[in-house]
Amino acid sequence: MGKVMNVILAGLGGQGVIKASDILADAAFRDGRDVKKAEIHGMSQRGGSVTSDVRFGDEVLSPMIPWGEADFIVVCAPSELEVIRPLLKQGGLMIPPDFVEESKLANKRSLNVALLGALSHHLDIPEARWIEAINAALPPHLHDVNAKAFRLGRETAAARK
Amino acid sequence: MDRKLLSGDEAVAAAALDAGVHLGTGYPGTPSTEILESFSALGGRAQWAPNEKVALEVGLGAAYGGARVLVTMKHVGINVAADPLFTAAYTGVTGGLVLISADDPGMASSQNEQDNRHYAKAAGLPMLEPSDSQEAYDLARAGFELSERWQLPVMLRMTTRVCHGKSIVVRRAAETPRAPSFTRDIVGRVMIPAYARPAHRRLRKKLDELQAWGEGSPLVVERKGSGKLGIVTAGVTARHAREAVPDASFLELKLLHPLPLGRIRAFAKSVERCVVVEEGDPVFADAIRAAGIAVESKAPEYRFGEMSVERVRRVLGLDTSPEPVPPKGKPPQLCDACPYHPVYSALRKLDCIVAGDIGCYTLGVLPPYQGMDACVAMGASLGVGLGLRHVLPEKDAKRVVSIIGDSTFVHTGVNGLIEMIYNPPATGHVLIILDNGTTAMTGQQEHPGTGRTLDHEATNKFSLEAFARALGVKNVDVVDPVKDPPGFLALLGERLAKPELTVIVARRPCILAAADIRGYEQANAAKCSAIEAAVEG
Repeated sequence: MGKVMNVILAGLGGQGVIKASDILADAAFRDGRDVKKAEIHGMSQRGGSVTSDVRFGDEVLSPMIPWGEADFIVVCAPSELEVIRPLLKQGGLMIPPDFVEESKLANKRSLNVALLGALSHHLDIPEARWIEAINAALPPHLHDVNAKAFRLGRETAAARK
Repeated sequence: MDRKLLSGDEAVAAAALDAGVHLGTGYPGTPSTEILESFSALGGRAQWAPNEKVALEVGLGAAYGGARVLVTMKHVGINVAADPLFTAAYTGVTGGLVLISADDPGMASSQNEQDNRHYAKAAGLPMLEPSDSQEAYDLARAGFELSERWQLPVMLRMTTRVCHGKSIVVRRAAETPRAPSFTRDIVGRVMIPAYARPAHRRLRKKLDELQAWGEGSPLVVERKGSGKLGIVTAGVTARHAREAVPDASFLELKLLHPLPLGRIRAFAKSVERCVVVEEGDPVFADAIRAAGIAVESKAPEYRFGEMSVERVRRVLGLDTSPEPVPPKGKPPQLCDACPYHPVYSALRKLDCIVAGDIGCYTLGVLPPYQGMDACVAMGASLGVGLGLRHVLPEKDAKRVVSIIGDSTFVHTGVNGLIEMIYNPPATGHVLIILDNGTTAMTGQQEHPGTGRTLDHEATNKFSLEAFARALGVKNVDVVDPVKDPPGFLALLGERLAKPELTVIVARRPCILAAADIRGYEQANAAKCSAIEAAVEG
């Protein structure tokens, strides 16, 4: 059984954390991987903490990422950084909300997708699958702005390496 | 067929569509709500009922009429529907009826974490449980077949992780069930004692047959691994367990009731150590041990909350050391612009004793208001408030207020209001109905008080104030608490001072739903004028 990639997305209600996890799961699915995604929603719309686990690989069994085994954690809200850190595995990577400069975003609401762009630099999923997943998840008038946000995050990550 | 990434809820909706379900009915409740919404979006006929008891009764009638029916609710909803449920096991059904019980271990969004596997045993109904979205699809399809074969309602138990988790689903070819038709069966469906006694015997006979069938059915999955460790498990916990100990042998139960005890006995014998790994109460372990089969059960602390890969490791390692504390994060709270702020502010200023209810507004219990003294069950604010009024000394009784949301009031608050006019406390009583025009907590579903159906089409509207007036409540006030907070405070103070019955409808749309509600109203108004124009033209 091949390696399962574990990604946690975290933030506050209203930041598009669930949407971002849908896009990641869909991009991996479009790339032919087995995918499982778990989250708790219900009270999340009331501004509370939201986290979503996305796992993909040859075969994924549990939908939940075991404690301390996250390869990546993407965080949309500064307040969640320290809260969520214990779930990261040793040598795992945290992508914080200030990883991309907010002023460079045409629409601040696409921070979630910009951070996915940064994450995408580290995952072997072709860019075309990501763009397909973004377009499938959002209405047409948001496609361009989010594609730009995604590339901003992706290029920022590539430049830092 | 297409492969799709679906949530467990979406998978059940797809299964219902492919099984040719004639009617879906239920009451919104996390984590079950999206099933009927998805079923409707796929083109199925779906409707919200005022509460779960009515939903099950509508479903039962449709199934007596030979239709295939999907009935959905959260775990605590089954409590509300339990009365018809237990006797429906006696009458059985003609068309297939699958009842979803969406349990919430860990209480992500619920007031308790009751384990509804108990209901299958108590009522005597078959129960299935999926471990991911594909199984949610497959078992929902299987549920309709089993229901029609044994003419019994079938419970499909799901949990939050399966309902809201997403995984890959491949659908099967759709089928067309028999068309609904009525066949009279007075002895089978009229449960007077003379007919109910043989009906109970028929039920037990069906369960014996089901049990025998289950032993060899594809709903019991054995995975042969090491002979050292064998694990009996079900649901999403089976996934955690297979990840935690990939080399073990597994007996995975998709059919939870009746339990295939013969298979379990043989499996336990085939391994050196047999452990039952289950989420929630030790339902399997107790039943298996009662049958005289030696198995290990988990330590009592693992009855609380959800199972996970690491908890399975702990159960198997007999590790009961303190667990790492999960990230706390920011708790949910009333939205900044929630129309209920002025209401909680007034309750606090007047030092009210508040009998609360279930919904977003329960969050008023948190600081700064701490504006609730009890919250137990849907609709309970009325009864609890009245009980306090009946027994407290007058000066305290006069401070008691019941508060309830619009959807919750229609759900089971109406009965409490009837109690209020039937047995009025000496000090009177004040009920505040927080009417934000939607079932906000579960994601803004329609209900009878909005005058729109599940898919937002106009229908007859249940008027909260007209109902209260028709019951003879002396003071019925309809106010917008946001427009005039001091006015609201003054009104509440005035009503509390009098030994009279009062209903205050605090009406202002939920800020998250307001724009959508305006859209539905405009669309329906446009449709009406188009129809009028056509009639006149």
